[in-house]
Amino acid sequence: MFDSLGDRLQGIVKRLKGKGRLTEADVDEVLAEIRTALLEADVNVSVVRDVVARIREQSIGATVSEALDPSQQIIKIVNAELVGMLGGETLKITYSSVPPTVVLMAGLQGSGKTTSAAKLARWFKSQGRQPLLVGADLQRPAAVEQLRTLGSQIGVPVFSESGDPVTTARRGLEEARRLGKDVLIVDTAGRLAIDEEMMQQVAEISSTVKPNYTFLVVDAMTGQDAVSVAKAFDERLSIDGVILSKLDGDARGGAALSVKYVIGKPIAFAATGEKIDAFEQFHPDRMAGRILGMGDMLTLIEQAEKVFEQDKAEEAAARMLEGQFTLEDFLDQLQQLKKMGPLSGIMGMLPGMPKEMKDAQIGDDQVKTTEAIIRSMTPEERRQPEIINGSRRTRIAKGSGTQVADVNRLIKQFTEMQKMMKRMGGLAKPQGKAGKGKGKVNKRQAMRELGDMLGGQGGMPGFPGLDGSPGAPPFFK
Amino acid sequence: MLAESSTNLVPFIAAGGVGVVGVSFLFIRRSRRSSSQTPAPTSPDAPKVAETLVADRGDATEVAAPIATEVTPHVEAPNVRERAGRTRSLFVNAFQSIRSRNVDASTWDELEETLLLADIGIGLATRLLDPLRQSVKDGDLRSGDEVIQALRTAMTAQLSSTDRALHLDAAETPNVWLFVGVNGVGKTTTIGKIATAEAARGTSVLMAAGDTFRAAAAEQLQVWAERSGASFVRGAEGGDPASVIFDGIQSAAAKGVTLVLGDTAGRLQNKSNLMEELKKVRRVADKAPGTVNEVLLVIDATTGQNGLSQAKEFAAATDVTGVVLTKLDGSAKGGIVFAIETDLGIPVKLVGLGESAEDLVVFDPAEFVAALFE
Repeated sequence: MFDSLGDRLQGIVKRLKGKGRLTEADVDEVLAEIRTALLEADVNVSVVRDVVARIREQSIGATVSEALDPSQQIIKIVNAELVGMLGGETLKITYSSVPPTVVLMAGLQGSGKTTSAAKLARWFKSQGRQPLLVGADLQRPAAVEQLRTLGSQIGVPVFSESGDPVTTARRGLEEARRLGKDVLIVDTAGRLAIDEEMMQQVAEISSTVKPNYTFLVVDAMTGQDAVSVAKAFDERLSIDGVILSKLDGDARGGAALSVKYVIGKPIAFAATGEKIDAFEQFHPDRMAGRILGMGDMLTLIEQAEKVFEQDKAEEAAARMLEGQFTLEDFLDQLQQLKKMGPLSGIMGMLPGMPKEMKDAQIGDDQVKTTEAIIRSMTPEERRQPEIINGSRRTRIAKGSGTQVADVNRLIKQFTEMQKMMKRMGGLAKPQGKAGKGKGKVNKRQAMRELGDMLGGQGGMPGFPGLDGSPGAPPFFK
Repeated sequence: MLAESSTNLVPFIAAGGVGVVGVSFLFIRRSRRSSSQTPAPTSPDAPKVAETLVADRGDATEVAAPIATEVTPHVEAPNVRERAGRTRSLFVNAFQSIRSRNVDASTWDELEETLLLADIGIGLATRLLDPLRQSVKDGDLRSGDEVIQALRTAMTAQLSSTDRALHLDAAETPNVWLFVGVNGVGKTTTIGKIATAEAARGTSVLMAAGDTFRAAAAEQLQVWAERSGASFVRGAEGGDPASVIFDGIQSAAAKGVTLVLGDTAGRLQNKSNLMEELKKVRRVADKAPGTVNEVLLVIDATTGQNGLSQAKEFAAATDVTGVVLTKLDGSAKGGIVFAIETDLGIPVKLVGLGESAEDLVVFDPAEFVAALFE
C-alpha cells in the first residue's frame, strides 16, 4: 500500500552518498521520511514525536562506517531504537501457587477476544496445562456458542451460564476449582473505553476473579486510538500484557509500538492467522522491520551473509546471466536457500514481495520433491535436460517417487526460467562481464523484467543502496 | 553486520533471489493448480455443497407489515455530533487554542497533529494543509479562525459524493445487499440493524448467513433475524458461502421477499484465497434471480491507515458500492474515510453510533466534519 521506507530514502541517499559525516540538515531530511513511515504504520503521533527526537540525538554527527551508507546507518539506528521500544522485558507466565491461574481477556468490540481466548487456551494446553474457558460475554448474540465451538475444537471445556457476567465469572472460577483445572481464561464482552457502565462491569469481574494476568486484545489494524484505549483499560484493570490480533493482515501494526510505549506493558502474544494454532509469543525484532515497511530485510541479509558460499554463488550468477544455468546450479541454490531456514519464512521476510507470491503455499515439502526429482537425474541430464526422453522421465519419476507429470512440469518450468535468464543475460552484457558487480543499470533492468514476469506488482521495493549505488535494490526491481 | 564490501553481495543475493523466484515460480503455478481443484479453500474437508436449512418462518411477511412506529433510523436519527461529541475534546481544544492566536509555525504543527490523531493520514493531512499555508503566505487567510474555517470547508469538500442512498429499487427483485469486510468490524451486527430498520419500514427482509467460517456466526445472525422478524437462510458450518447466498436469494425470490441481506465471513484483504472466495460469492449472487444493488464494505472507525488497503482490495474483488463506518461512538474519529472517498471514490453510506438498531444512521458529511470541529 505504502512505499517502503527503503524506496522513500533512495533519493536522499543519492545525495548523502560520499559524505563522511551527516549534517543536521541531512538528518532532518531522513528523519522526515522516517516520521512519515511511522505515521503510515499508525504509530501514535505523540509516540512518533518521541521516537524521532531520540533517533535525531543519536544520528547527528554519526560518522559513516565503511560498510553502511548514511541512510543505512540511520535505518540501523531506527531499527535498534524500535526493537528496544517494542521489546524490553518479555512476559514470562508464572503459574499461581494456588491453582487456577486466572487470565482475564478484555478489549474493544471486534478486536478478537473470543478467538484469542481459545487460541490462548490451546497455547496453555500445549504447555501441559489444563485450562477452562469461561464465556462471560453475554452481550453479543451467540458469543458463548462461538466459544463453545472453539473449545470443542481444541478439547478445552467451556463454562457459561445466562444471566449476569460477574456471576458467570465467579461461578466459572468455582467450577475450575471443582474440576481441578489449573488455568482459567475468562472471555468478556467487547466494550468501549468510554462506556462507564460497561467498564464498571469488567472491573467488577476483575475484582471477583482476581486475575493473575489481564490481557488487552488489540487489533493490529487499529489507528491512532490504540493509545487512549490501552490507557483507559490499563487505568481500570491494570493490564499485564497485550495480545496483538490479526497480525496476519497487511497492516504495519504501529499500534503495537504505541501501546507498548505508552502503557509500558509487554506485548505477550500475537495472532498470526485464522487457524486456532496461529498464535505465538511476540517477537519485537520482527515487528520493528514491519513497522518501517522493510520486511525483515536486515535479518535476511545477515542470514544470507552467513550461509551463502560467495564464490559458488557468484559463479552461478555469472553462468545464469550467460544462459548456461543448469539444473545442477539450480539444485545448488536450493541447498543454499534451505540453509536459510524454511522457505515460507524467507518469502515472508522479503519486503514488498508480491502478494500472490507471499500467499502461495510454498512448502518445504515441495522443495524436497523438486530436489528429489533433480537428484534422480544423471549429471548429463542435469546439464542437458533436452535429452530427457520418455523412458528417462519414467525412470526419474520412479526414482524420485513422483509422477511423470511432475517431472514434465519441472523440466518445462526450468526451461522457461532458462529462457528468461538468457534474456536477462542479453540485457546485462553490453555493460561488461555480468555477475561481477558491473553493469548495474542493465542488471537492474533485467531484474525488473523478471519481477514483472512474475506477477507483476511492479517489482519490489528493496533495500536502499545495497550495492553502494543509489537505487539499485538487490533483486526483482 | 552488513557486507564489508556490499558490492560483492549483489551477485549472490541476486542468485539467491533468482533461486527464490525460480522456486516460487514453480510453486505458485502448482498451488494455483491445486487451488483450482479445491473450490472451498477455507476448509478443504468441508462438504462441497452446503446443506442448506431454510428457517422458513411463516410469520416473516406478517411481521414485515408496516408497523413502523419507533425504530426508523432514518427518522429519529441520533446526532453524530452528540455521539461522537463524547470524546472530541481533544480536537476542540486544539482548535480553540489555534483560533485565538496568530498563525505561526506551531499552528501548522498543531493542525497536522490534530488531523493525524483523527486517522486522516499524513498524505491527506499534507494535501489539506499545504494550500492553506500558501493562502496564509499570500495574505488571503489571516487569523487562526480563518484558517480553521478554510480547513473545515476543504474537509467537507473531500466528502463530495452525491450517491449515499441505499438502493432498494431493483426492477428485478429481490434486491440483494452483500456485506463484506475484515474480521470483527461488525458486519453481522450491521445486518441485524438494517434488517430491523427495514422491517420497521415495511420491507420484507431475508438474511442469508454466508459466514460459514466463524464459529456460531450463523447463530448470531439468527438471533437478529428473530428480533427483526426477517426470514433466515443458513448453510452448514464450513460449507460453501456462495451457495448459501444463492439459496437465500432463491428462497427470497420464491417467497416474494423484497430485500436479501447477505452476510459474509470476515477476511483480511491480503488473503488471496479468501478474496477469491468472495469474488465467487459476488459472481454467484449475480447469477441468482434478483439484483445485487449494494455491496457494502463495513469498516471499524478505529481502523488506521490500513482502512485504505481494505477498501482498495475489497473494491477490486467485489465492486463495493459504499462504506458502513461502524463504532463511531467510540473515541475514534474515522478519519480514514476521507482517504477512502477521495482516493477511491467509494461513498460512505451509513455510520454506526451505538449498540441499538436505531443507532445506524445515514452518513451526513457536513455533520461528520462538524463533529470534528465543534
